[in-house]
Amino acid sequence: MTAEKITLGQGLQKRGVSRRSFLKFCGAMTAALALPARYTSRIAEAVETKPRPPLLWLEYQDCAGNTESLLRASQPTVAQLVLDVLSVDYHETIMAPAGHQAEKSLRDTMEKYKGQYIVVVEGSIPTKDDGVYCTIGGRTALDLVKDIGGSAAAVIAAGTCAAYGGLPAAAPDPTGAVGVSKVLSTVPILNLPGCPMNVINLTATVVHYLTFGELPAVDQFGRPLFAYGERIHDHCERRAHYDAGQYAEAWGDEGHRKGWCLYKMGCKGPETYHNCPVVRWNEGTNWPIGAGHGCAGCAEPGFWDSMTPFYRRLPNTPGFGVETSADKVGLGVVAGVTGAFTMHGLVSAMRATGEPLAEHETINKEENTDG
Amino acid sequence: MGIQPPLNAVLMRNLIEAAQYIQDHPVHFYHLHALDWVDVVSALKADPGGTAELAQSISDWPLSGKSYFAGVQNKLKAFVESGQLGPFANGYWGHSAYKLPPEANLMAVAHYLEALDWQRDIIRIHAVLGGKNPHLQTYVVGGMTMAIDLNSQTALNANRIALLKKLFTKAKTFIEQVYIPDLLAVASFYKNWAAIGEGLGNYLAYGDFPQSAVDPTTDPSSLYLPRGYILGKDLSTVHEVDHKKIAEYVSRSWYDYAGGDGASLHPWDGETTPNYSGPKPPYDFLTTDAKYSWLKSPRYDGHAMEVGPLARMLVAYASGHESVKEKVDIALKKLDVGPEILFSTLGRTAARGIETWVLAETALKWLDDLIANIKRGDVAVHNGAKWDPATWPKEAQGVGFTEAPRGALGHWVKIKDGAIEHYQCVVPSTWNGGPRDASGQPGAYESALVGTPIADEENPLEVLRTIHSFDPCMACAAHILDAEGREVTRIKVQ
Repeated sequence: MTAEKITLGQGLQKRGVSRRSFLKFCGAMTAALALPARYTSRIAEAVETKPRPPLLWLEYQDCAGNTESLLRASQPTVAQLVLDVLSVDYHETIMAPAGHQAEKSLRDTMEKYKGQYIVVVEGSIPTKDDGVYCTIGGRTALDLVKDIGGSAAAVIAAGTCAAYGGLPAAAPDPTGAVGVSKVLSTVPILNLPGCPMNVINLTATVVHYLTFGELPAVDQFGRPLFAYGERIHDHCERRAHYDAGQYAEAWGDEGHRKGWCLYKMGCKGPETYHNCPVVRWNEGTNWPIGAGHGCAGCAEPGFWDSMTPFYRRLPNTPGFGVETSADKVGLGVVAGVTGAFTMHGLVSAMRATGEPLAEHETINKEENTDG
Repeated sequence: MGIQPPLNAVLMRNLIEAAQYIQDHPVHFYHLHALDWVDVVSALKADPGGTAELAQSISDWPLSGKSYFAGVQNKLKAFVESGQLGPFANGYWGHSAYKLPPEANLMAVAHYLEALDWQRDIIRIHAVLGGKNPHLQTYVVGGMTMAIDLNSQTALNANRIALLKKLFTKAKTFIEQVYIPDLLAVASFYKNWAAIGEGLGNYLAYGDFPQSAVDPTTDPSSLYLPRGYILGKDLSTVHEVDHKKIAEYVSRSWYDYAGGDGASLHPWDGETTPNYSGPKPPYDFLTTDAKYSWLKSPRYDGHAMEVGPLARMLVAYASGHESVKEKVDIALKKLDVGPEILFSTLGRTAARGIETWVLAETALKWLDDLIANIKRGDVAVHNGAKWDPATWPKEAQGVGFTEAPRGALGHWVKIKDGAIEHYQCVVPSTWNGGPRDASGQPGAYESALVGTPIADEENPLEVLRTIHSFDPCMACAAHILDAEGREVTRIKVQ
């Protein structure tokens, strides 16, 4: 059996994953991708018949938070994701070899799967002073990401640092840190911002790629609509308190204990687009607002600087009756993403199969009700 | 500014931090360090019956039957036959420095996979108390944002407490029945590593886990893991830590000090002015004769210090900490060795396990303390007296000490007119991985590599063992490791 012929479905079967849990996984991915439930069979078919895609995970100016997030994957589990779904051929933190032997793993995959491997980048790329602020094996991140990313089938920028520069790019930005899309333009790049990215969205992106043969449709910031198409504020479990004008005023006060709105405590939910409230974190256990803390806006371009001070209320949404100004911001962005949506991804996939085009307009709405 | 968080916040912080250690240390052992000691490919040759016998002889862990290990072996076989070895490709399989019999290797592979599932489950403790992991959001100046209210469905209530109890109990069981027995079993085949990788012999711990509502930076008496430092492996004296004696050099770092390369600065007066003077990339080697690192060189009263689990356990052991002493002695007895083996690569790896064991027990006690305090009617999670910056003095300065899984962590801040004027962190991997100072004194990594025997200079697995035993913060230090590791190897070979 050659390497190319082992498919994900076979891999799971060999490792004793039952058909039932495999379909459960496909169902979860259908939901995460905000697709109608009947897409489950198409995802299952695609996943079962496609070879395990080689993945190279590159770490630059990062804290390994996205690697940690990867280790929290539950559907499929991290063991299945790393060993069965993908072939993670290079990942400095988890791979067995180091030094020259690790470099060999990288080169082997780059040569054997040129133009076919997926690259995940974690961390920002320093550009100031020719990139000397981050080097691996004597080469700069700038040089490496262009070389390795340039021959990839697709690049996924995992986390806000890789997507937009993130924390290292915060003022005074001593290293000229930028996201991947600022230094690489020859291959498709998808941004999965968040601090860290939620691994369920990485898994869904990979499955989408295997199922539809291309990256999912994105908004004007390069974020997939299935995960960043709607505002935190619009799916927040505390939204009713916002509308009712019930706000926590101090940590641990009565309103705070009763789960009232955190807007006055600095919540950035009204300006942040992410599926955090729907998919939650750590197997759906909780999310930041569920721990009594406002949204920090970590999935938005410009985080950190644009979202600090964290505990000062948003300037353009002053108190109750803010619907208009908060929603105006939202509407502007939605208008932008609709254009991108009709041009990409799912729609073209549906066209190819003769499905009615009008259906795409309701896709997000239909599936987000499961959260 | 004397802001004291309430007891509930102190205990929740202890629980979060204990969960961090309890999850992070086993992940380090099984997923970032084990493959330095465990030959995955050799596990294919194991007799699953022999593995079952071994597993049952060292632990009551129920997943220990012959058919279970045969199943793991079959999965491993299928994986290897796929030809796509992923993260295991180009490993050091078959290297002469691997000493475990195939049966032990198979057990370790099974536990590698079990630990992967276990860690993502138990770290849900962070999600319960802090919304998500990693990067939980609940810490604020003066306390926590996780509200407590037994009559609310959005606060810490009986439901969430029950989940915490379940997860901490599950964690303790795995540590007692899998991690510690595995650690001791593996160590018994690598006792020669008790004489390798000693390094500095100086150990610094800021201490951690305050058990009452007092400021631990000024009053360390409430710390469960004590503060102190040890010089020259002398366990008879634990010295008192004075943060004013900490200073950083940039003699071999790519920064400029106004006072020149010979100067050292206390973090309150610290300067961070980057000035790269290394070779133009791409390059093959850095030289330790010139500047060669982005890390500074922190020193305590002029001494290079090792920080981390070994430092914490030695300071606790030498201070007579009951639980630490009990567990260190159990481990030493099982391995039939004396405490001198602790000053080594093996000791570093063992200390990490012992610390996990100690904290897994104590975390359940802190959870009980939290429950008891809530029972007394105390639901305060935050002290808001100084929440508004307008209440701050015009000028203030402060220092915060804590421990991270990798070691002593200090932050120094100066505040002026309600804003941060100056901020410096001295983090664990800077202590351990920092370069030489003005007098040429090496840091902990470099010092520990001196004298490491290398069987095959092209495949220096032994270097990895010692470097990994520190659990380096790869994100910060990867650039040092690659170049520096090779350089040190070369010095040794000559």
